[in-house]
Amino acid sequence: MSSQSFCKKKRMLSSAIEDRIIHGVFLVCGLVTVIVLFGIFGLLFFTSFPAFEEIHVTEFLTGFDWNPTSYVKEVYGIVPMLVSTFMVTLGSLLIAIPIGIGTAAYLSDVASPRVREILKPVVEMLAAVPSVVIGFLGIVLVGPAIAKFFNISNGLNAVNGSILLAVMALPTIVSISEDALSSVPASYEQASLALGATRWQTVIRVKLPAALSGVIAACMLGMGRAIGETMTVLMATGCAPAMPKSFLGPVRTLTSSIAIELGEVAYNTTHYYALFALGLVLFVITFIINMISDIILHRYEKVSR
Amino acid sequence: MSPVTAEPHPKNNRKFNKKMRLVMKEQDKGKKKGSLLKIKVEHFNFFYDTTRALKDIEMQIYANTVVGIIGPSGCGKSTFLRCFNRMNDIIRNVRYQGEIYIDDRNIFDKSVDVVDLRRNVGMVFQKSNPFPKSIFENVAYGLKINGVRDKDFITQKVEKSLKDAVIWDEVKDRLHKSAFALSGGQQQRLCIARALAIEPEVLLLDEPASALDPIATSKIEELIHELKKKYTIIIVTHNMQQAARVSDYTAFIMLGELIEYEETNKIFTNPSKKITEDYVTGRFG
Amino acid sequence: MKKNKIQEILGFNILRLCTGFVLLFLIIIFWDIATKGIGSVNWEFLTAAPSKGMTEGGIFPAIVGTFLVTVITAVLAIPLGMACAIYLNEYAKDGTLIRLIRMSIRNLSGVPSIVYGLFGVVLFVQLIKIDTSILAAGLTLGLMTLPWTITASEEALKSVPKSYREGSLALGATKWQTIRTNVLPYSIPGMLTGTILGLARAAGETAPILFTGAAFFLPFLPKSLSDQFMALPYHLYIMSTQHHDIARVRPLAYGTALVLVSLVFCMNFIAIVLRYKLRKVRLE
Repeated sequence: MSSQSFCKKKRMLSSAIEDRIIHGVFLVCGLVTVIVLFGIFGLLFFTSFPAFEEIHVTEFLTGFDWNPTSYVKEVYGIVPMLVSTFMVTLGSLLIAIPIGIGTAAYLSDVASPRVREILKPVVEMLAAVPSVVIGFLGIVLVGPAIAKFFNISNGLNAVNGSILLAVMALPTIVSISEDALSSVPASYEQASLALGATRWQTVIRVKLPAALSGVIAACMLGMGRAIGETMTVLMATGCAPAMPKSFLGPVRTLTSSIAIELGEVAYNTTHYYALFALGLVLFVITFIINMISDIILHRYEKVSR
Repeated sequence: MSPVTAEPHPKNNRKFNKKMRLVMKEQDKGKKKGSLLKIKVEHFNFFYDTTRALKDIEMQIYANTVVGIIGPSGCGKSTFLRCFNRMNDIIRNVRYQGEIYIDDRNIFDKSVDVVDLRRNVGMVFQKSNPFPKSIFENVAYGLKINGVRDKDFITQKVEKSLKDAVIWDEVKDRLHKSAFALSGGQQQRLCIARALAIEPEVLLLDEPASALDPIATSKIEELIHELKKKYTIIIVTHNMQQAARVSDYTAFIMLGELIEYEETNKIFTNPSKKITEDYVTGRFG
Repeated sequence: MKKNKIQEILGFNILRLCTGFVLLFLIIIFWDIATKGIGSVNWEFLTAAPSKGMTEGGIFPAIVGTFLVTVITAVLAIPLGMACAIYLNEYAKDGTLIRLIRMSIRNLSGVPSIVYGLFGVVLFVQLIKIDTSILAAGLTLGLMTLPWTITASEEALKSVPKSYREGSLALGATKWQTIRTNVLPYSIPGMLTGTILGLARAAGETAPILFTGAAFFLPFLPKSLSDQFMALPYHLYIMSTQHHDIARVRPLAYGTALVLVSLVFCMNFIAIVLRYKLRKVRLE
């Protein structure tokens, strides 16, 4: 037996190199995600940059008028869109958060396992409905209903958008909240029940507080979804490019402004660049929301471990 | 440490002692031929993150012997075993210090390819882990990944390995059925056959019988006796009787330290340290 | 004690009501589209091109367009997503790089679809100059689908027991041999399941293709991947907001909506059935 015998079965060198190369290929694929994220930010940034050669940044961020096609003076102020986006999102969250958390609590604590097995995929089906279909229903179904209810001529307004966005944000809120509620240790629940609390008291006073950060993160992710949603608001909110006056008036969000105007604008004009600046604002807002919810979720994961 | 259990004290158990003496006599016979130094462990430390899981271990293992590693659970014996084929490499944040020589070559040396190492140091896990393939494919797997294409050779080798692992008669009629259909003991012997197929020189057994019933266990132990003619075997076990039955040398590890490493005979009848005696007589653990 | 009991019954009924609302939304959506759309869906509707200023005819070019663009999406997102998942789950060790990649994936899944559209316009249409086309739209959707594919694929990889990997490595298999022969065969079905769900979402998306290739009206089928195309979701958008005679084409819009929803749900259904079957197989 030679002294080096444990190496007698030497594998081919090429196999070692092959392994390295494959590792490298997978690494590159993994890096694509980073490249895309930074690419999105970079391209938005550099494409919107020329806009600010003609538009003042403060005017852009604080201006109350958006009229890029005016014959007198083109003005680019995004406040009306920010307000619109905010109104529609707020409205949708007012509807979606209570219903979403209620549904999540029902699924995790009231429903029998069988019912839960059936209902969870059903709720997820809601997420699969294409946004353009929801927008379509906003026009043909929700709009007329709102017009009739409030006795106004046109139902395409912020309320309509809020209702539709609530429907779209619900699956996100329900499924992440449900996960958070289900991962509360059973010992908490048992301790509470053993002290004579009812199941309802246990859910409200013990489980919800314990799962709070997960539930908050769920709501924030739902909010991110509502802010970034395009087709629904584009179709159902009337899209008048003025400062919104009330929830029953037409509004035009950041997303729908981009969708409406980018199709009509010539490439590489100030207006074109300004639309990318809108995209950048949108990207930054959703990025911040995602980061915050991510941090909350992460912390909650650590705590529950 | 847990208090003494209600079981009869092994040392006071005459039957046990008698059996033990018999076993040891046999081992004395077998041991003498094993004199070639196969594995040498020097100043070996192992760290998880910053925790030192193995402390300054020194050990010498001769070719064609069976070394049993015993110790209370969590003492680091499995971790130690997994160092010999560097399976710990796949865990994050681990670090080695010191050397393990197999045939005078440090397995942590940069020039050593871990894949080559594992082809020469086979391992059988605590929980039998056949792949979800047929019995034949399970044993042939190691050959195929080693680039063997010759179908006849593979067939012969599979048969031989299954025979060596004393499972051939039980499976020869259903080689192409799923390995999951086998019983726990059969699965474990299949895993041994799988390891034998690539002709390792050292065989690592990580509590191979812990999940098995007494009959299956005795079959595995008989098999180990057979295998040591060809291989150097290191076996981790928490069953002291098993260590006494199968191993030529026994290492007692506690809290990451190698307390005593001696001929099995000596460890079980006349250990030099008090704590070893306490452990092997069942006073704790 | 009595008061507590009443409180509990009341509370649970509120939770039931919430769930009822969610189900109601779903039922309304399906009921409305199914009942009003079924009337306009017939063989001609599915196989003919729109005619007479899109007031008559069918949606065949839109079906073909959506199919083609989804194929491009799949071609980009499936291999790349799987590879990224393999890297994260099999190769990567903890570290800054991994945290960066994971952070990117989570953020990418939250980027609004219209922003992907803007990105597609600059990158594919302007910089790479593949013009507004099936290819540009498909690649844009592919990037959007990527985070979902990765997450689904990683889940599938995680469900393969660790012992399969250890067993193989201990026999001297290289990492890649282990993955190829002992991990992927057992995780690819699961990966595909998750990926189909992602593709279904991509097929129903409109915003990313608005400016990267979707066309208002094309009476003929695309001849190559560098042609513009009609797509079902975009067609529905046009028919419900941009058409000159919206009231008259409403039945056609309903029909389009029904076809789109059916398509998306068929894909979902396939994925769910597949997942169910796999789970059963694994339990055996």
